[in-house]
Amino acid sequence: MSQWKNFTKGLIKENPTLVLLLGMCPTLGVTSSAINGLGMGLATTFVLVMANIAVSMVKSVIPDKIRIPSFIVIIAAFVTVVQLVMEAYLPSLFKSLGIFIPLIVVNCIVLGRAEAFASKNTIGKSAIDGLGMGLGFSIALVALGSIRELLGSGRLFDIPIYSENYVSLLFVLAPGAFIVLGYLVAIVNRIKKN
Amino acid sequence: MNYLVIVLGAILVNNIVLMRFLGICPFLGVSKRISTAIGMSFAVAFVLVLSTIVTYLIQIYILNPLGLAYLQTIAFILIIASLVQLVEIIMKKVSPALYQALGIFLPLITTNCAILGVAILTIQTNYNLVEGVVFAVSNAMGFGLALLIFAGIREHLELQNVPQGLKGAPIALISAGILAMAFMGFSGLV
Repeated sequence: MSQWKNFTKGLIKENPTLVLLLGMCPTLGVTSSAINGLGMGLATTFVLVMANIAVSMVKSVIPDKIRIPSFIVIIAAFVTVVQLVMEAYLPSLFKSLGIFIPLIVVNCIVLGRAEAFASKNTIGKSAIDGLGMGLGFSIALVALGSIRELLGSGRLFDIPIYSENYVSLLFVLAPGAFIVLGYLVAIVNRIKKN
Repeated sequence: MNYLVIVLGAILVNNIVLMRFLGICPFLGVSKRISTAIGMSFAVAFVLVLSTIVTYLIQIYILNPLGLAYLQTIAFILIIASLVQLVEIIMKKVSPALYQALGIFLPLITTNCAILGVAILTIQTNYNLVEGVVFAVSNAMGFGLALLIFAGIREHLELQNVPQGLKGAPIALISAGILAMAFMGFSGLV
C-alpha cells in the first residue's frame, strides 16, 4: 500500500476513535475543551510514532511469548518521557490532563498499532502508520472537544464565542461526552456508507 | 478518613466508569449480555484489588525511598500485566467455562484504564493501605454496578426500533450518557 494511503487511512477511513472505537477513555475524559483534546492528541501521537518505530526496530529480537509485555514496557518508557517533559514545560496542560497522561500507556490504540502493524512492518511504514493514527485520534479529540466546549461554555480554544447565558452545561460534564461522541460516531458511519 | 465516604464516593458519586471515564473499553465491549458482564466484573474486581495492594506497597517501600517515583508508570503497568497473566492461569484451572466465555477480554484487562487509574489515584489521594483497599473494592463494585445496569439496558435496546444510523455503538454511547446523567443525581451525597 502506498505510503500516502498508509498515512491517510488513520485520518478517516480507519480513524481509531470514531471507526475502530479504540482509546475511548481519554476521548471522553479530556475533551471538555478543545485545547485539552489537542494536547492529549499530540502527546499520544508522539508516543504512537516513537513506540511504533521502537517496536519495529526490535521486532525480530523479541521472543513471541513475551511480545506484549515487551511492547508495554517500550510504550511505558515513552509515556514516562512525555509525562516528565509535560510536567516541566507545559505545567497547566499537565494539570488539566491529569491522570490521563500516564494512562496513554494503556491506550488501546498504542498497543493495538504496535501489535497489529509495527511488529510486522518496516520502521518507515510503522512510523507513518503511527503518525496517521495519531493525527486521526487528535482530529477526533479536537472535534469532540470543540463541540463540547462550544455548546457547554460558549468558548472555543478559550475565545468567547457567545454569551454564557445560553450554554448547556451538560456538554462539558460526563453525560455530554458520551452523547456527543455517540452522534459523532453515527455521523462518521453515515459518511463512510456514502 | 470516613470509610463510608470512600465507599459511597467511589460507587455512586464518582463512579469510575460514568464519572471518571475509566474502563470504558470493556464497558462498551462486554456489556452486551448480563452473564458476561457479571463474569467480567468479578475478574476486574479481583485484579483491581490485588494490583492496588501490590502497586501501593511497591510505591511506598521501593519507589519512594529510592527516589524512583518517576518510574511509577512503568513499574505499575508491569505489575498489572503480570497479575493479569496470573489471573488467566488460575481461571483456566479453576473455571474453564468462564475462561472461555471471557475469551479475548481477559488479557485485555491489562489495558483497562480502570486498573492503572485506580492504582495511580490511590497514590495521588494519599490513602493509606487500608483506605486504598477500601477504595479499590468500592471502585470495583462501582464498575460492576455500571456494567450490570448497562448490560440490562443494552439487552432491552436489542429489542427496540433503533434508527438505522444510530444502531450499534452510537445508541450505546447515547444510552451511557443518559445513564451518566442519572448518576449525576448522586453528586452532593458525600
